[in-house]
Amino acid sequence: MYVAVKGGERAIENAHRLLAHERRGDRDVPEVTLAQISEQLSLGVDRVMTEGSLYDRELAALAIKQARGDMIEAIFLIRAFRATLPRFGATEPVDTGQMQVRRRISSTFKDIPGGQILGPTFDYTHRLLDPQLADGFLPEPPATSDTSPVAMPRVTDILGRDGLIEASPRADAVLPVGDLTREPLSFPADRDLRLQNLARADEGFLLALGYSSQRGYGRSHPFAGEIRLGEVEVEFMAEDAGFAVPLGSITLTECQMVNQFKGSATEAPCFTRGYGLAFGQSERKTMSMALVDRSLRARELGEEIIAPAQDEEFVMSHSDNVQATGFVEHLKLPHYVDFQSELGLLRKLRNEFSEAADASSPMQEAAE
Amino acid sequence: MIAARENSKQVQRQAAMAALAHSDGGEIAGRLAAIALPAYENLREPENGLVMVRGRIGGDGAPFNLGEATVSRAAVRLATGEVGFGYTLGRDGQKARLIALCDALLQSNEFADTVEATVLTPLRAAMLSRGNQKAAEAAATRVDFYTLVRGEG
Repeated sequence: MYVAVKGGERAIENAHRLLAHERRGDRDVPEVTLAQISEQLSLGVDRVMTEGSLYDRELAALAIKQARGDMIEAIFLIRAFRATLPRFGATEPVDTGQMQVRRRISSTFKDIPGGQILGPTFDYTHRLLDPQLADGFLPEPPATSDTSPVAMPRVTDILGRDGLIEASPRADAVLPVGDLTREPLSFPADRDLRLQNLARADEGFLLALGYSSQRGYGRSHPFAGEIRLGEVEVEFMAEDAGFAVPLGSITLTECQMVNQFKGSATEAPCFTRGYGLAFGQSERKTMSMALVDRSLRARELGEEIIAPAQDEEFVMSHSDNVQATGFVEHLKLPHYVDFQSELGLLRKLRNEFSEAADASSPMQEAAE
Repeated sequence: MIAARENSKQVQRQAAMAALAHSDGGEIAGRLAAIALPAYENLREPENGLVMVRGRIGGDGAPFNLGEATVSRAAVRLATGEVGFGYTLGRDGQKARLIALCDALLQSNEFADTVEATVLTPLRAAMLSRGNQKAAEAAATRVDFYTLVRGEG
């Protein structure tokens, strides 16, 4: 039986009105502003920018407010918004070696040129809830100390000078940079596409995969060669101006994982690398990304592919939380017709089953 | 010789654009208000769009697409013919237009020095001061390792 379904408009309208009311919460409590979200929930904003794949703090703050703090919903809103604007082109690749560093640590070398700079970190906090923050806490201004302009080379650049670590892959002048927002994914995927996919991938998914690779699902013996956070300049080759114009700076987090490699018939043993890069202060994200990037290089490095984190089709097809939530959550939309047909089929099968049972039962009795 | 002069002019324009892009739109407007501006027209109305931000594999390798950023752009032409371009991260079209205006003024013999002194010099100083403050805050979190026990004897 086919049932055409119509109606529900008024219910939907009232549901959205109720949603707006619930979003606002108790009206005696002051409304949260975008500046408050951007300034005080800044790591949430960073995550929405990274996984929404759009660097714009104000829009990410708006998305978080609209989504009532539901990060995946906020990321969904940002992805939908980016589809409404024209793309002027691609920037010049950013140079993280020239970063205005606010945090930079290495777990491989104690004495790195430029030093270990802890920056604004949760590391070494006691993870005890702080009742002072419950209301009106005014923190001390940050300590300052003299700066001398020292170069802060990436740790991987230092290792690279002695040939102890593989070089980064060189740009191919012929091949365009892969862009999964323009062409659908196909496999095998090159590392540029994999990194784009991982950069916008769900943090929790990458965290779990990275963790699995550490626990033995796929070989991985990583060291955090370097993690750095800070501002990098962005330049854009403007056709009209005829030269690369500066656009300002963005905050990035970069993670360089250093991993074992036993060498091959043609290559001496050396360290290999996994790379993570994300908008804002996104340390857990970039560390997980770097672990998974390295795991996904199994094919290239001739390693046996035995674990989920090494399977590029599995990882790349399930990493996007907007796609994932779309498919999971679509299950709650009306499936009345689908279900009717399943129901009809099930009734038919059950009838056949009981008829067969009835037909065979006298014989069974006879056998007993 | 001419090429070198052109190049140095371009470097100067790029440096000015960087200082402007790093500054608040309202701040640029405030500085420009002190100058008796010449007539100009909008060659490109302020327009918002996206750029795909690229990183490099391993920090120094082949490029890959990291994610997009919002950008605003505009272009203006002075009555005397100089064309200026304005680009900035974000969606502040008015700021993009003011950057374009400054870029055009910097190419005009009549206004270049005034814009440099009235607009760019203070903006650069503010930008430097913000950068120094952040660097000093970061520097205070630099770890000084010391040895607890020396392996003597």
